[in-house]
Amino acid sequence: MTSSTIRPASDYPPGGDAFRHRHLIGIAQLTPWEISYVLDAAEQWVDLNRSGAAKHDDRLAGLTIINAFFENSTRTLLSFEIAGKRLGADVVNMHAAQSSVKKGETLIDTAMTLNAMRADAMVIRHASSGAVQLIADKVDCPVLNAGDGRHEHPTQALLDALTIRRRLGRVEGLTIAICGDVLHSRVARSNILALTLLGNEVRVVAPATLTPPAMERMHVTTFTDMDEGIRDADVVMMLRLQNERMDGAYLPSAREYHALYGLTPKRLEKAKPDAIVMHPGPMNRGVEIDSSIADDPERSTITQQVEMGVAVRMACLDILTRRQRGVAGWN
Amino acid sequence: MELKPLLITNAMLIDGDTPRPGSLLAVDGRIAAIDPTETPGGTETVDAKGQWLAPGIVDLGVFATDKPAFHFGGITRAALMPDNGPLDGAGLVERAAKGGKPDLWVHPIAAATKGLAGKELAEIGLMQQAGARAIATGRTRIADSGVMRRVLSYAASLGLVTIIHAEDEGLTAGAVATDGEMATRLGLASAPAMAESMAIARDLALVEETGAPVHFRQVTTARGLDLIRAAKAKGLPVLCGITPAHLLLSDTAIGDFRTFARLSPPLRSEDDRQACLAAIADGTIDILSSGHDPRGPEDKRLPFAEALPGMAGAETLLALGLNLVRDGHVSPGRLFELLAGTPACLLGVDAGKLAVGKEADLILVEEGTPWQVDAKKMAAWAGNTPFDGMPVQGRATMMWKGGQRIR
Repeated sequence: MTSSTIRPASDYPPGGDAFRHRHLIGIAQLTPWEISYVLDAAEQWVDLNRSGAAKHDDRLAGLTIINAFFENSTRTLLSFEIAGKRLGADVVNMHAAQSSVKKGETLIDTAMTLNAMRADAMVIRHASSGAVQLIADKVDCPVLNAGDGRHEHPTQALLDALTIRRRLGRVEGLTIAICGDVLHSRVARSNILALTLLGNEVRVVAPATLTPPAMERMHVTTFTDMDEGIRDADVVMMLRLQNERMDGAYLPSAREYHALYGLTPKRLEKAKPDAIVMHPGPMNRGVEIDSSIADDPERSTITQQVEMGVAVRMACLDILTRRQRGVAGWN
Repeated sequence: MELKPLLITNAMLIDGDTPRPGSLLAVDGRIAAIDPTETPGGTETVDAKGQWLAPGIVDLGVFATDKPAFHFGGITRAALMPDNGPLDGAGLVERAAKGGKPDLWVHPIAAATKGLAGKELAEIGLMQQAGARAIATGRTRIADSGVMRRVLSYAASLGLVTIIHAEDEGLTAGAVATDGEMATRLGLASAPAMAESMAIARDLALVEETGAPVHFRQVTTARGLDLIRAAKAKGLPVLCGITPAHLLLSDTAIGDFRTFARLSPPLRSEDDRQACLAAIADGTIDILSSGHDPRGPEDKRLPFAEALPGMAGAETLLALGLNLVRDGHVSPGRLFELLAGTPACLLGVDAGKLAVGKEADLILVEEGTPWQVDAKKMAAWAGNTPFDGMPVQGRATMMWKGGQRIR
């Protein structure tokens, strides 16, 4: 929204001290001011992206960014690709079907191959927790985590925080309910870290079979009752439920999940009257969320999240390549 | 070559709780006298210069015959787990038993079931005749309680101890860590620690019924140890063991997805670690072993959940055991009961103690020598140690097997 939420540059440490990381592996490594630094940096890219035909900046011209996706993805890959291209970088996408890159030694070999091609940044998604860190330890360029297993998906948490900040004017002191399959969700983990770090009350609402152990150690309260969990919440953040969880192993059926945990208009009345509803996509309409909510622009932020995604990823690519580009103060 | 009598003088003998000055004479490969008053002609004399003289370590439950690592670690006898192969036939057992010759004893542990599949009894009797010293369920337990019951009673009738891995396979399916903050933060699939006590509880019930002697190779949780303690109080024929990893590390060691700290069973909570230390001090834990399982980068340089569990532990076993002495958890004498005496007894070998008549498997230990564990410079064929970089103290400086100098 508003430039009033953007802090003046003088609020941050000078130069590279404002964001002291070579890679973006997870929210776990970030401080609150580093998160807010990225969010502030993203604001200008929101404006640029809305500026009609001229939405282009050449600061990454000549740099090569490789998007190496070892797990299927459409929207995140596209979002990173557009972000890189809007900044003028040469973007290459590599889809490595999980089947052909089963062995991790091959994973590191693949990473070393990409490294030898002198990539200037790598964006990596992998189905195993910790895989992105493993690659980051071996290559010479900045690595951005686009999702590793159940571990982290930091750009998703950043874009969610930006979306909240623009919709509600702040992303602190809010009550935020994260609902659904938290156990298998990297989006949930990154969001829990980011939102608690920024000073919000975070609740986890999930069936007992999909609640991770020791949640209280992450400074959240857990609920198994959806109505209670979203009561008076400012933000209701829904998670995608993978189809394979609904076959009886974790949940009896999609029908039962919808009855107990689906976000219906009636259920949403429990939250604050102006509460927003978020979803990282892709949605299972009629399972975790009713179409009438998903399509209600007053409530749903789903398309805005996608929009913020491009801006946040532009900010991350810009910040992490400043060292290579010799930006003053970043060495 | 004729074996000369061996006299080790000026040593600190580990034949009681605390080291005491003394000397030892070995003749024809056996300990002939402690503090001998006279020595036979042609005796070779070694001046121990005040070092500890202890029984060679009997490492119960290793996964590879990795001689350089065992020699570095002062291990004179290694009891080999049946998993590689698996050791489920007499021929395989016989060959494994010869794997250490001439300068290392390898005592094969036979697979309890064919192919370690947990379905049909293996030829336990024939493997015993071929040199197997115990049987084991391998890296997993036998899921079928009926099969387990038959295994236990059959092995007991042959006088063999059954070595058990205690983890409930239903609870641990797919898990690579223990439930807790660490696993949750890292996004790793985890299982509750009670997967261990549940498995122990079942097998203790079977022990109570069959009277079969068992050894739980690794007990790593407070609740598991409580069950063992209670079973011992009842007089059941139960032993249990542990490796230094579960005594010295908790699940925080898997932070940063360090695959060298991926173990089976997984590293536990700090509370459980403290319970393990208490159990080693109060005598509930009987055996300290290395669980030596060297794994190269093809198994370890992988995302955490894809890496295989296991650690190269043989070289660090003695030094980390000495940590327990320095921290006041056990006496020197008790440490070597854990490392040598009790495992030798379980395997039914006449060693593991400084006593007249025992085989002269001996080590000299410089107990204060500082050194640093370095994964890149290990004698083992792979350096997958969770203790990489750790400063430790104490190492074996000389070794004899059956009175013959091997290092």
